[in-house]
Amino acid sequence: MRSKMALYCLRGAVRSNYIRRNYGVCGVQLFNLYSTAAHTLRVNQQIKEKRKRALLGGGESRIDAQHKKGKLTARERIHLLCDPGSFVEYDMLVEHTCSDFGMEKQKYPGDSVITGHGLINGRIAYMFSQDFTVFGGSLSSIHAKKICKVMDQAMLVGAPVIGLNDSGGARIQEGVESLAGYADIFLRNVLSSGVIPQISLIMGPCAGGAVYSPAMTDFTFMVEDTSYLFITGPDVVKSVTNENVTQEELGGAKTHTTTSGVAHKAFHNDVDALLQLRNFLGFLPLSNKDPAPIRICDDPWDRDVPTLDTIIPQETTEAYDMLEVVVNVVDERDFFEIMPNYAKNIIIGFGRMNGRTVGIVGNQPKCAAGCLDINSSVKGARFVRFCDAFNIPIITFVDVPGFLPGTGQEHNGIIRHGAKLLYAFAEATVPKITVITRKGYGGAYDVMSSKHLRGDVNYAWPTAEVAVMGAKGATSILFKGKPDVSKYEAEYVEKFGNPFPAAVRGVYFKIGIELLFITTVSS
Amino acid sequence: MADEAVCIGPAATKDSYLNIDHIMLAVTKTGSQAVHPGYGFLSENAVFVEKLEAAGISFIGPSVEAINGMGDKLESKRLAQAAGVNTIPGFDGIVNDADHCVQIAREISYPVMIKASAGGGGKGMRIARNDDDARDGFRLASQEAASSFGDDRILVEKFIDKPRHIEIQVLGDKHGNAVYLNERECSIQRRNQKVIEEAPSVFLNEGTRKAMGEQAVSLCKRLGYYSAGTVEFLVDSEQKFYFLEMNTRLQVEHPVTEYITGVDLVHQMIRIAKGHPLLLTQKDIPIKGWAIESRVYSEDPYKNFGLPSIGRLYKYIEPLHVPNVRCDSGIDEGSEISIYYDPMICKLVCYGNTRNDAINTSLEALDSYVIRGVTHNIPLLRDILTETNFIEGNISTNYLSEVYPDGFKGRQLNSTDKQHILAIAACVFSKMDMRSYTFLNERPSTAKRKEPAEWTLVISLFDEELQCDVKKVGNKFHVHMKTDTLSVEDHINLSSPLIQTNINGKPIVMQLVSKDASGKLQIVYQGTTFTIFVLSDKASKFLKMMPEKPTVDVSKVVLSPMPGMVKSVSCEVGDTMAEGQEVCIIEAMKMQNSLVAGASGKVKAVHVKAGDTVGEDDVLIEFE
Repeated sequence: MRSKMALYCLRGAVRSNYIRRNYGVCGVQLFNLYSTAAHTLRVNQQIKEKRKRALLGGGESRIDAQHKKGKLTARERIHLLCDPGSFVEYDMLVEHTCSDFGMEKQKYPGDSVITGHGLINGRIAYMFSQDFTVFGGSLSSIHAKKICKVMDQAMLVGAPVIGLNDSGGARIQEGVESLAGYADIFLRNVLSSGVIPQISLIMGPCAGGAVYSPAMTDFTFMVEDTSYLFITGPDVVKSVTNENVTQEELGGAKTHTTTSGVAHKAFHNDVDALLQLRNFLGFLPLSNKDPAPIRICDDPWDRDVPTLDTIIPQETTEAYDMLEVVVNVVDERDFFEIMPNYAKNIIIGFGRMNGRTVGIVGNQPKCAAGCLDINSSVKGARFVRFCDAFNIPIITFVDVPGFLPGTGQEHNGIIRHGAKLLYAFAEATVPKITVITRKGYGGAYDVMSSKHLRGDVNYAWPTAEVAVMGAKGATSILFKGKPDVSKYEAEYVEKFGNPFPAAVRGVYFKIGIELLFITTVSS
Repeated sequence: MADEAVCIGPAATKDSYLNIDHIMLAVTKTGSQAVHPGYGFLSENAVFVEKLEAAGISFIGPSVEAINGMGDKLESKRLAQAAGVNTIPGFDGIVNDADHCVQIAREISYPVMIKASAGGGGKGMRIARNDDDARDGFRLASQEAASSFGDDRILVEKFIDKPRHIEIQVLGDKHGNAVYLNERECSIQRRNQKVIEEAPSVFLNEGTRKAMGEQAVSLCKRLGYYSAGTVEFLVDSEQKFYFLEMNTRLQVEHPVTEYITGVDLVHQMIRIAKGHPLLLTQKDIPIKGWAIESRVYSEDPYKNFGLPSIGRLYKYIEPLHVPNVRCDSGIDEGSEISIYYDPMICKLVCYGNTRNDAINTSLEALDSYVIRGVTHNIPLLRDILTETNFIEGNISTNYLSEVYPDGFKGRQLNSTDKQHILAIAACVFSKMDMRSYTFLNERPSTAKRKEPAEWTLVISLFDEELQCDVKKVGNKFHVHMKTDTLSVEDHINLSSPLIQTNINGKPIVMQLVSKDASGKLQIVYQGTTFTIFVLSDKASKFLKMMPEKPTVDVSKVVLSPMPGMVKSVSCEVGDTMAEGQEVCIIEAMKMQNSLVAGASGKVKAVHVKAGDTVGEDDVLIEFE
């Protein structure tokens, strides 16, 4: 203690020299100044120490444990997410307010979350990163308040909010205060929806009520093998339903990106996820008041793409990969696909054309013939609504044989789910370009951003065929009971198996593939 | 390319290109007067020629008798002997079965070559060095022969070790004249299919050339051969040559002969078919300069020097800007390479005054040849062209297995090469990073948002890691690695497949295949694609803390090495298989590939059956 005091005195002396030299303070007042100066220094020192503790989170051993699990710490994640030196932290020294169960003796500056704003490729974003090393990242009331503060700030400024989730759940010791905290966040998620982009990156557990925040954000990404999302964990599942299931099966990245559709994409590890997130943000505007971003573009907008001539097979029943069409059209084949492994019969994602972000929707003939079903309709609808909210033009590639028939679909409500996609396209007021690459059959034709739903520019490729249904089905109704139905089938194909019926009715802007660019369309 | 195209049927060749009726229909429909059959398919089919002649249409090729005589290996050997051409010792008859094959092989003495009587182009050929090989070889060769040629007759002959494959181009007319247009050296082969051909040969002396040429002409005259043809010889190290076979058609590699002789072979064929006499005499045929043909295939050179690869060429740019380069190809950007046909993309023919000139032109052309969407063999072609034995002309048909005993592993880099690749990778990364800051329509903000101009990067290539400092100064990147600083001019366009810039003032050409946000770059340097990871130093530090992902244990599964069709499955669930035992056969591009168990074990699951179509790396069979 004495040596510490000595150190203060020494430093104080140096400082008072500095004061005397600069402000001409005379010797008489030196003593008083010396005592207040010592106080200031002590406070400074305390701040330093608190900061140092805050930077350590739950301490060395917990940090090691975090690393052993293959996870970065909350701070390391922010460090990697933001441009060097750009992160500005909020509320670094707040502490939790719980005094039950001996909690008053365990306090960590900043509690179990790190919040603030930073730059991502030079653009501002607000963020919070839950710190699993402090009380397992559990959500205390102060933890929730910190998150709410950045969310409010983001709304004021008009900038995205990024949540890096790694939390065991509610702070049980705080009871209803913790639950209230969740609700405060949920409310803000809802109020921010459609105003600023909200992105969740699940980098550890996220269970119970906590899952609803990511669910209400625009995009939920996960990290393979280390992240979980579920309402109740495997133990509760076992006790309630007697099901044996692992965490990974119940709510791992694979489950949510392929089966449930809860998450939009999974990344290999924390580093990959954060680098990809930086890249992803480059596609999004900062808020609904900003235009879709235009980045400097090196790929000529009028580039000829001979490949588009050969992708659609000559056999109209043969499958092809719509993703090939998409990547050949967008700048530099750079396509950020959303939900690549869920409802694969529809493709959604972001690309750029002449540098400007566009949202791409496309039927995928390779999977389930590219039909619309419940999952693909819901997947598409949510994406279209996001693009509409954030001024991102939508390009739709249509090759749809119709809605998927069957009891499975009907009983689960394909009618109301399909209506969501229809509603989303009809409602959207962003520029909408539609390219019919092959089939546009039945009600699904109408749904897929047709001319009749305020499509701005609708193109048909020479392979396009728009009809109420395929030749076989149509002729079997039209010529029921007549012999030689196949003759009529040929007639039907001749009549509808081409772009002309719609072209003569003025549905398209032009037939042909050479018009695939977007610069002529102004928002 | 064609003025008129006629659909002759579905993709499978037996329903289209090999279907004589369909072709005849196309001929009548277009009112054609003559048919040039190309290299493969019906080009050596006498029935087709007969049908054409019966319909009064000229066949731009030889007579039915010549095709029949030379198309059958046994018959052709007899004819060649009669014409005074040197032939290989062998069994003069049809092999009945595997045992018979073994018996004959023992008589001739190993090694022997087992081949389809009706074969050609390397299909249906197997080398046997012992009884077991002979049995297997007989079975596989006869199966391949049956499926490729519809004729499973097999013959056996002495196999000459370390031979060169040198062939003589001939032209004969309908008036009894014949000339030889010198030789083509086609020794660089994999699985008996040619990879690189050149004319002339570095090996032949004037005397041998003349002797070979004269024997070839003598064979033509004896046959009354007209049109273009090729007499193939095996030449041993003492310049002794043996007749192998005669191809009664235009050969794939004919452009090298055209280059050095100045004779347009197709033109001559058409003239001859019309009945015009040859205007050329032997003394009119020179050897002028040197030509090299590199066959660019859609195949993976790292697997057995080339297993077929399929896909769509989403980007395709031929290096026609390089002088003295000829690209004969039947595909364009957007074309699909399918399992139905030979996977050749292009014949890249380069010419020069000397062999060295031709090699250098080839290198330049290959470096700027852009092919995306399929795996191709440019890495191997590029490497052969700079390999010492090739440059010295020290080659044989065993060249590949001798020069690359453990298989082709890609270009081996020296330290300067490595530095150059890493420097370019660093610049590409920096350029991408700079671009990610440049938004044109952002609202003005008080925040500092200057794009970075300095980077500390960690780059890894193979398992090596290197720290690298990059600084953008004016129009240059200064890349500092270890003790060296390289100055790279910023001519890098992130959208262009080619990177043509200067490092320390010296021009270099590389290709940028792919780039992604996780720092993975694929860069082609001297033909080979290198995968390079570039990360900021902090991302690299954090990445080291990430656990390795477990990989699939491939010794417990048999994966399909290429896309194709399952010909047969030779095991069932529960069978115990020995290491190296055949489990199934995959057929693609008319080649049969026998897949073997990687380790001894019991079969747990069989995922395919005969007739299934499989993709590359599909799991076919699992072991317990």
